[in-house]
Amino acid sequence: MWKWLHPYANPEVSYHFTGKLIPWLSALTALFLSIGITWALAFAPADYQQGDSFRIFYLHVPAASLSMGIYVGMAIAAFTSMVWQFKLADASAAAMAPVGATFTAIALITGAAWGKPMWGTWWIWDARLTSELILLFLYLGVIALHNAFEDKNLAGKAAGILTLVGVINIPIIKYSVEWWNTLHQGSTVSKLGKPSMSIDMLWPFLFCFLGFALLVATIICIRFRSEILARNSIRPWVRALVAEHLLQEKNNAV
Amino acid sequence: MQFDSFSAFINMGGYGFYVWLSFGVSTALILALIVSSMMAHTQVIKDIAVRQQREAKLRQVRSKHKENQNSQTNTPNEITQ
Amino acid sequence: MPSANLSYRAVFALVLKRDLTIALRHKDDIINPLLFFVIVVTLFPLGIGPEAQTLSRIAPGIIWVAALLATLLSLDRLFKSDHNDGSLEQMLLSPQPIFILVLAKIVAHWLITGLPLILVAPLLAVLLHLNEQSYGALMLTLLLGTPILSLLGAIGVALTVGIKKGGVLLSLLVLPLYIPVLIFATSAIDTAALGLPYSGQLAIIAALFFGSLTLAPFAVGAALKVSTN
Repeated sequence: MWKWLHPYANPEVSYHFTGKLIPWLSALTALFLSIGITWALAFAPADYQQGDSFRIFYLHVPAASLSMGIYVGMAIAAFTSMVWQFKLADASAAAMAPVGATFTAIALITGAAWGKPMWGTWWIWDARLTSELILLFLYLGVIALHNAFEDKNLAGKAAGILTLVGVINIPIIKYSVEWWNTLHQGSTVSKLGKPSMSIDMLWPFLFCFLGFALLVATIICIRFRSEILARNSIRPWVRALVAEHLLQEKNNAV
Repeated sequence: MQFDSFSAFINMGGYGFYVWLSFGVSTALILALIVSSMMAHTQVIKDIAVRQQREAKLRQVRSKHKENQNSQTNTPNEITQ
Repeated sequence: MPSANLSYRAVFALVLKRDLTIALRHKDDIINPLLFFVIVVTLFPLGIGPEAQTLSRIAPGIIWVAALLATLLSLDRLFKSDHNDGSLEQMLLSPQPIFILVLAKIVAHWLITGLPLILVAPLLAVLLHLNEQSYGALMLTLLLGTPILSLLGAIGVALTVGIKKGGVLLSLLVLPLYIPVLIFATSAIDTAALGLPYSGQLAIIAALFFGSLTLAPFAVGAALKVSTN
């Protein structure tokens, strides 16, 4: 497997590879998301308890699970870059952080908009909401650290250390928040029961989930390519690429 | 189709505001992310191009400077010869 | 620095002594965070109102949040002056293990800032009408918890020491990591106020302490290597 993976450790190869990947990924994203969202908004049945507010679920749950998944991906990338000195992993971690932060924000906002009609309030200090908020803080810390360094390679290393410290802390934070929540919160808020989903709700959910996952992959690819360029700006292949780009722009202007 | 009419679709069984709020905000955030990612790509290329042009200019000035120096150091030699 | 063949204990003692000496020569570094701690705590009754019942209810949270902020304020000087005069790089270049050096610096930081906080805390607890049964819990949680604040904070400082405006960034990086300590410490104090056993919370804080004691110096060492090159 390592032999097969090896060429992709070359920035030039992976730059062009992801460039070829992006059209396919975005086409698949458009396909799955348009089917999934339409299905979820118009054709999926309303929940027998929550009515049509349940349609937020098709947005909220994929965003929440992707926000955590992206953090894990970022931690794996940080780990590989630290152990094997694999510079492209830093670039991918830097590409993932803003995407993860955006999806965390989406999960929080949709959670609030779902909570208002269901719980009667925009925000409760529910264990899940609270730990999602802390996850957002962790993401923002990583992004801020990335921006604070002039040198991209240093920024990647520093943010990698922070990501790994964060990933050790996430289970502790999650556990402590859950424990704190059960201790402090009265039983005034009835938790939403999670009945097993019916098939005609599961399918649109799967489409939405896959669509959002593909969307995340597409955006990460786009950001990954600019991170590669920024980190390899003095390499001959980047110079050639930029020169070509300039020529094209000139031709377009003429 | 779960809804009889377009207005029923917008109304979402009374939860319209919350449903459309969450879908609207999410769409806006994702679009902003995509646009900023694509703009970052062109920005990086532009930055590298600017830096290259500056380097090229510097190199030109430097080589000219060297030529001048060479000619200056050469002339006295010629005289002594 | 003396010759390379020092025992680990001697290295630890040397660095600890050096840091303590420096701190004692700049006394305002010790006093200012402490004053900040006292002033923040006195602001709360002025903002909330003098009712003893309300104050005693929120006293654990106030004291702990103020302790977090005071520690955060003092963290900056952990590596900053050493980084500015270059002695930090010398330390990293020395043949001694970074783990020992970093640990000694963190212990010195705790002795300078954490310990005075613990000594002042009962006084502030009196001002806030803390429940009498809670004093033991307050002292124990501070004793176990403030070293965690120093250890985790050191990671953040090590990451930001090379950055010019690292102060605000530091709080963004470090405060989320402090949340578990805050939760368990205040809950232990609350439980003690009810007269119930709080050994469970204390055990978890102790686990956090030993976990961060063994892992944080490695992270600090790695972060310092990034910041100094």
